[in-house]
Amino acid sequence: MSKTIADLKRGQRGIIKEFSAEVIPLKLLEMGCLPGNEVELVQMAPFRDPLYLNINGSHLAIRKETALNIQIEILP
Amino acid sequence: MGKQINVALIGNPNTGKTSVFNLLTGLNQQVGNYPGITVEKKEGICKLPRNVKAHILDLPGTYSLNASSLDENVVIELLLNKNDKDYPDVAVVVSDVENLKRNLLLFTQIKDLEIPTILVINMADRMSRKGISLDIPELEKQLKTRIALVSARKKSGIEELKEHILNYRHISTEPCLNASVMDPTYFDKLRNAFPNQSLYKLWLVITQDVNFGNLNRNSIDNKQDFRTKDESTLKKMQQKETILRYQFINGVLKQAMSVDVNAAKGLRANFDRILTHKVWGYVIFFSILLLIFQAIYDWSSYPMDFIDDSFVVLSELVKQNFPAGDFTNLVAEGIIPGLGGIVIFIPQIAFLFLFISILEESGYMSRVVFLMDRTMRKFGLSGKSVVPLVSGTACAIPAVMASRNIEDWKERLITILVVPFTTCSARLPVYLIIIALVIPDRSFLGFNLQGLTLMLLYLLGFFMAIFAAWVLHKMLQIKSKSYFVIEMPNYKMPILKNVGINVLEKTKSFVVGAGKIILAISIILWVLASYGPGDEFDNAESIVQEKFSETYLPQEELDNKIASYKLQHSYIGNIGKAIEPAVAPLGYDWKIGIAIVSSFAAREVFVGTLATIYSVGSDEEETIKARMSSEVNPILGGPLFTFASGVSLLLFYAFAMQCMSTLAIVKRETNTWKWPVLQLVAMTGIAYIAALAAFQALS
Repeated sequence: MSKTIADLKRGQRGIIKEFSAEVIPLKLLEMGCLPGNEVELVQMAPFRDPLYLNINGSHLAIRKETALNIQIEILP
Repeated sequence: MGKQINVALIGNPNTGKTSVFNLLTGLNQQVGNYPGITVEKKEGICKLPRNVKAHILDLPGTYSLNASSLDENVVIELLLNKNDKDYPDVAVVVSDVENLKRNLLLFTQIKDLEIPTILVINMADRMSRKGISLDIPELEKQLKTRIALVSARKKSGIEELKEHILNYRHISTEPCLNASVMDPTYFDKLRNAFPNQSLYKLWLVITQDVNFGNLNRNSIDNKQDFRTKDESTLKKMQQKETILRYQFINGVLKQAMSVDVNAAKGLRANFDRILTHKVWGYVIFFSILLLIFQAIYDWSSYPMDFIDDSFVVLSELVKQNFPAGDFTNLVAEGIIPGLGGIVIFIPQIAFLFLFISILEESGYMSRVVFLMDRTMRKFGLSGKSVVPLVSGTACAIPAVMASRNIEDWKERLITILVVPFTTCSARLPVYLIIIALVIPDRSFLGFNLQGLTLMLLYLLGFFMAIFAAWVLHKMLQIKSKSYFVIEMPNYKMPILKNVGINVLEKTKSFVVGAGKIILAISIILWVLASYGPGDEFDNAESIVQEKFSETYLPQEELDNKIASYKLQHSYIGNIGKAIEPAVAPLGYDWKIGIAIVSSFAAREVFVGTLATIYSVGSDEEETIKARMSSEVNPILGGPLFTFASGVSLLLFYAFAMQCMSTLAIVKRETNTWKWPVLQLVAMTGIAYIAALAAFQALS
């Protein structure tokens, strides 16, 4: 079972893996959400949605539905 | 006279671009709109050394040249159109030292358009605190540009930037990234088809839906020896482009920037722990909202009373000191009260924008969006709808414009459609006078009944907005690719000058925009009320005198009788009588009918209209109130303003779409008359039914 950003716990980090181009908005890529970059879950709103992330030094929030499309490898 | 250098200021949102603009131009700036669209156009003049002047254009903030909003389109259209009079001689890209990597993406794109580009690295004062050190000469060499290290807060580095602008001709226009590495064969063909254009510019034309000059997407498509690719392939290539750019940027920063993580101190985490907390986050947000309402409705009442009184005095002064006649009457009874009706809103609007710009400058607004997104989404709105809904309590016009950064079209449309339900400041004078008439000034469980009613009306507006959003969410069949990305900027102390300039500008544009309409309406109303068709109007004086020749009346009362007889037979009186059957079931007479009709232009006209109609010389509340309470219902008899007709009026004003400026803004923002017309019909329909039901049930 592959993990996505939505599986991160608060404070946990992961490395972004390849993802399908169709589902990820270009704006997210431009803000640094690219394969190989590190992502950390900084904070989550109630019901774990939206998620407040630190991707490669960029702080941004995305909705869970988008987060479910970004596969990662969780760092120990 | 020296020559003017055209400078375009470009940058990501939250980089302090506006601070740099303010430092360059001081108060020497003006705000307008781009022709045909409501995107703000800020420009100003900056004095450079050696008597040269620079024209600075502050372009809307954008993350990249791949446009996803109207604001961003403006940037691309300008940068692609060499014939535009604002086409920059030199571009200044403003970046934030803490987010340099991401900010450089936009820089490399602009550089690739072969425009001389200067890089400003702003917020330099934070470097030591964040443990960042930069090798500027190395960066300049790698990025083939000149760099100014600026701190807008400490006002340092600006002279250096001016020097760079002055010497823009020495800046290399060599691109950072060769676009053709994305797909060499494709770009070779493109180059052969359009040998005179920059490759990256062509690529932008292919991928963006913007117009520039005579070259657009279709003309590229129609070229015989060149075929562009399908959307999905293009999207993949854009993705590849972004990855390539980041590779380049990472390479550059590896050599020129180092971050000592141990030295980095940040309050972000501490603040975020509280401000985005599951419980405390909401408690703090609602406390701030409460504070804002307190300011808007309590603190601003002092300057508002002062303004109100001043205009009454001014009107009297004009009447006394100018020769009597039509013109003096027009000024004293039409124009001055009309202007007063606009000026009175300045304190509220200014307070609202003061708070909003502090919340935005400090970075807190993004946290509110983060906290509210999920709740708002249930109703078809976005977390970003919070800002428009809060702004809507001052005025729907800036609120509709504030919805622009909502990415999802359906969420944005719903926000625009429901914002006019929130209780804007224009409803306040109407509410206040009617509440004073029909709600007893008693206390109930320790609360003042009148205050409680006012609060209920605010809640009613808010819940109606949410409810309407939910209905629209279920009804509208708009397929849109829903996504939501919001930057969570670092917390910053707001810069006073930025806040001040913002408040000044927003207030000014409200006064000028709404002012024109209200002024025009008050002049028209005055004319319609001061003239009438036929003998009955012209001979009002003798008719009334004849009528009362038997009984003795003091002169003052006789004058009032004449005035009200004149009014009944004036043009406006005739119109009023014609519409009376439509408003009678709601418990109104023709005078209120007229006030309602004229306030379709703007709600606040209601009180002014009644003031004019009740032939009271001044707008002073007590006198109108006294008049209103003595009015008699023409059909039912008894006082006109009862609890039933009062509640009916309050509900009508709570729901009806009575603001031409809002309709005009909605038309511009949605680009069709369909939505404003829907708003007008639906909201006014709801208002009529609610008012009818209330009056019939209560009377």
